[in-house]
Amino acid sequence: MELIIVRWLHILAGIIWIGLLYYFNFVQAVAMPKAKADNTAAGITKHIAPLALLWFRWAALVTWIMGAYYLERSGVGIGNAFLLKGPAAAIGIGAWLGTIMLFNVWVLIWPNQKKVLGIVPADDAAKAKAARVAFLASRTNTMLSLPMLFFMITGSAAHGLPLM
Amino acid sequence: MKTPLDSIAGTIITGLILTVILYFFLVNFLVKTAA
Repeated sequence: MELIIVRWLHILAGIIWIGLLYYFNFVQAVAMPKAKADNTAAGITKHIAPLALLWFRWAALVTWIMGAYYLERSGVGIGNAFLLKGPAAAIGIGAWLGTIMLFNVWVLIWPNQKKVLGIVPADDAAKAKAARVAFLASRTNTMLSLPMLFFMITGSAAHGLPLM
Repeated sequence: MKTPLDSIAGTIITGLILTVILYFFLVNFLVKTAA
């Protein structure tokens, strides 16, 4: 029962994380230039983006912790996964991609978004640079989410199903 | 400097290509090595 709950929380938090990642990339980033053009962007940057980022970054952390806990307790082993050993190789690739994505969230996206949104002080040049770094890190995560999801699904089936 | 990640289409195509590359890495190197 413990493993079912942990796996459930891992997937639930993952849906929140990746769902918000796709919202940022497919909706907000596309709508923002239009909102700026008709002076309605302030509502997004002041009210929506900070709240979405709050759920986004903490869901990312919960997803990783629950995934790591599940790997260890289910018998796969965190070490086997990250060393891509035997049947743990597929889920291990997913785990590596998820870990890179978590790093991007907490080290690149969130600190730079704080400058963009005015949560920490920054001049215009610093804001422009921060916006570019945060954008590319977010797009990198969107790109990585495709193989990450593929290997999470493949990895969880790899113990019983053929890979080709 | 523009990159493929500047567009949504470029992001998705890059992700699909990376998925294929990693899949063949898995089946040709990791799984065969383990077998």
